[in-house]
Amino acid sequence: MSDWIAGACFLAGATLALLAGVGVLRMPDVFTRMQASTKASTLGLAFLLVGLTIVQPDLAIVMRAGIIGVFMMLTSAVAAHVIARAAAMTGAPLWEGTKVDERPAGTEDT
Amino acid sequence: MLNTVIPITLATLAVAAVITFARVLLGPTLPDRVVSIDLVGVLIVGITVVAAAGTGVQAFLDVALVIALISFVGTVAYARYIERGGPS
Repeated sequence: MSDWIAGACFLAGATLALLAGVGVLRMPDVFTRMQASTKASTLGLAFLLVGLTIVQPDLAIVMRAGIIGVFMMLTSAVAAHVIARAAAMTGAPLWEGTKVDERPAGTEDT
Repeated sequence: MLNTVIPITLATLAVAAVITFARVLLGPTLPDRVVSIDLVGVLIVGITVVAAAGTGVQAFLDVALVIALISFVGTVAYARYIERGGPS
């Protein structure tokens, strides 16, 4: 029974990772690509780690999986913020359907 | 059951990494490429975690943690580099 749950977790994580890859390839500009990348990849990695702890319920493995999960949850937010700030400051081009551009005047699409 | 699911998972993660690397090659601006490289790092961490589940070798998890750490530091360094003027 636990094998089936772990297999489902692995397949869900792999599907989310594939969706993140397709989103990064297909989305129109930097910021939409970033949300596809960071959200789907952290949730997919969480599924993979849950599957790992179900397959091998050993204390050392569960601890390391928890550390990896918490670390990715914390750092993906920080990394996304830092890249988004750099892209906005250097005037990365936005998708033509964008409604609101809150960047300060003078930095648009340079 | 797991003997069939784990290779499928690894293959799917590898396909996702190849698709993401296409964006590294195509990406019109430098932040696009940094985002894609960051996602490739996350996918490599996922591949390592699934390899640890398949083989039972605990050292793979240490490898995954170190790759995650280096990927994060590299992303922050690239972002600082872009903010300070980029490749110009």
